[in-house]
Amino acid sequence: MAFWSKIRPQFWNAQVYLSGEQQNVSYYRRIWKVAVVGITTVAVLPLVAMTFMNMNQYQNALKAELISPVTRLVSNTKRTVAHFLHERRSALRFIVEAKGFNSECSVENLSRIFIRLKNSYGGFVDLGVIDSHGVQRAYVGPYSLTGKNYHEQPWFREVIVKGVYISDVFGGFRDIPHFVIAVKQDHDDGGFSILRATIDTDRFNALISALDLRPLSDAFLINRRGILQTPSRFHGNTLEKINFPVPPITTATQVQEVKDDQERPLIRGYAYIEETPFIFVVLKQEKELMMGVAKLRRNLGLFLALSVALILLVILGAATHLVNRIYEADLTRTSAQHKIEHTNKMASIGRLAAGVAHEINNPLAIINEKGGLLKDLLSLSSELPPKDKLIGLVDSIIYSVERCSVITHRLLGFARHIDVRAETIDISQFIEEVLGFIGKEAQYRNIAVNMDVAENIPLVKSDRGRLQQVFLNVVNNAFAAVDDGGRIDISVKIESVDKISVTITDNGSGIPAENLRTVFEPFFSTKGEKGTGLGLSITYGLVQKLGGNISVESEVGKGTSFRITLPVKL
Amino acid sequence: MTTIPTKLLLVDDEEDFISALAERLRIRNYDTKLATSGEAAMLLIQMERPDIVLLDLKMPGMGGMETLKQIKAKDPSIDVIMVTGSVDSKVGESARSAGATDHMVKPFDIKHLTEKIQDIRKTRGLD
Repeated sequence: MAFWSKIRPQFWNAQVYLSGEQQNVSYYRRIWKVAVVGITTVAVLPLVAMTFMNMNQYQNALKAELISPVTRLVSNTKRTVAHFLHERRSALRFIVEAKGFNSECSVENLSRIFIRLKNSYGGFVDLGVIDSHGVQRAYVGPYSLTGKNYHEQPWFREVIVKGVYISDVFGGFRDIPHFVIAVKQDHDDGGFSILRATIDTDRFNALISALDLRPLSDAFLINRRGILQTPSRFHGNTLEKINFPVPPITTATQVQEVKDDQERPLIRGYAYIEETPFIFVVLKQEKELMMGVAKLRRNLGLFLALSVALILLVILGAATHLVNRIYEADLTRTSAQHKIEHTNKMASIGRLAAGVAHEINNPLAIINEKGGLLKDLLSLSSELPPKDKLIGLVDSIIYSVERCSVITHRLLGFARHIDVRAETIDISQFIEEVLGFIGKEAQYRNIAVNMDVAENIPLVKSDRGRLQQVFLNVVNNAFAAVDDGGRIDISVKIESVDKISVTITDNGSGIPAENLRTVFEPFFSTKGEKGTGLGLSITYGLVQKLGGNISVESEVGKGTSFRITLPVKL
Repeated sequence: MTTIPTKLLLVDDEEDFISALAERLRIRNYDTKLATSGEAAMLLIQMERPDIVLLDLKMPGMGGMETLKQIKAKDPSIDVIMVTGSVDSKVGESARSAGATDHMVKPFDIKHLTEKIQDIRKTRGLD
């Protein structure tokens, strides 16, 4: 709070006086708030919106950028794997189609073929020839499988129908993951023989590990039942089942955004490898790929926060400065207005002074003569004058003193300071009082002053001093306008529930139409040297300050009518 | 003191003022008459032919200046002392230029008035 009181701008708790009443203290605060909120909205909102839009667009662009390398990777790997299988299948087909190959192939012959095969294409584990009854007639490899009957096995039937068979990966006797390629050779005599080779999956593994993946990415082969055909980083080992559903069959490479079991976004690419049971799958953590985005987001956020802070600081500073300037200008204006009012008051007092001196000199003269007579009677005649006579003289003196004090009290009422103070005022009585200042002049100049007060005029709450100044100014003007023997009508009416009006009409010279618009403007005067040109403008200001209104109607040669409306409550 | 008594006429709408002043002047042996308006003054002047008129400037009805003009029109030999409550020096000047012999500001010391009366008598060669 101590800090706040130090930085609190001047206007914060300032009160503003508009139409005489104390406006709520938050007048300047409200201007300030509107300015701050308004400018902040138009300055910060577009900035924030643009930042988010940019961020979003960038993120989308980046995502699109992420998809295409995954697509490429999947396609290439699919091609490589397909090529690997195709190569071996072609080699086997080449062998079985060679002249002289049949079920009667000798073990020596077969082992020669096996050695050549191993040297030309890696990965072959064993090689066997099976006759049309499913019996393995010749076998080359680490086991003694000669004579084994495959007649009942599903793959045997499949190779008979399709001519070619590629198996899923399986552990086999040695529990080393491998798979089988078998090709059928039809003989001229209607029989057939099958060449069956086992290939280990090391080559697959090498192929996939050569992809050089990021630490959180994963790539592997699965079969159509979701059994891993190669080891994976995060989804289990070879021959284990994957923990997500097998992606649907498609011919083309697919790349999609999916969620993993912990609801983290993933990019999944996969491809079915034709004529094999294998599906190649790549899984990449989007987070990992979007690391650049996170960094960018952080930087942008920081930049945004700094910009907004800077903008806010400038707005706060500027708004505070501006409102302070308005406040200071208002203060200056108010004090100038006070000065002018004071000057006008002094001028009216000066005008009044002459009248008042005259008013007071009359009773003073009476006191003087009565006192003098008293002294004369006591000092010049030998016998004491009758008691009644003396009392009569003294009464007359006392009465004259009262007359003087009435005048001085009126002046006191007028000289009170300018602060707005609400008092309950009986308006007709009040106007009588004001007329009391100038009543003598009316008498001397034979001016008829008529009061016409409507019934049930409510009491008015207003500032007595200011109201006095208003009516003195207007009535003085009326007196100045009429000739000796003229007429001034004052009527008081109820305008509405909370408004009364006082109309002061003279039958004087009137105001020409071209001057009528400017009578309330400062320094407008037709009195030349005699007037300050401020009377009516100040009257106007005062009436406004009291929450009322003043208007004028006039016709040259017929007279002028000033109408003052006043609120019943200030 | 005086061989020929001076006839005075006091004109003012403040009756209290002129009645007390008249009494004091009578004590001082002045033949003094009163009028509380310009119109009444003109009637009295017709009948009484006063030497000196003490005339208030501001009166309802016919004012002091108008009365002064009528007195001077009727008999320029009547001396008029203009009396006013106003401290404005212009009032005295305009009264003199309209024919008043002198002017006084209320309230005044009766000695000043009697001195002025004596001055006028001297000028007229009455003493």
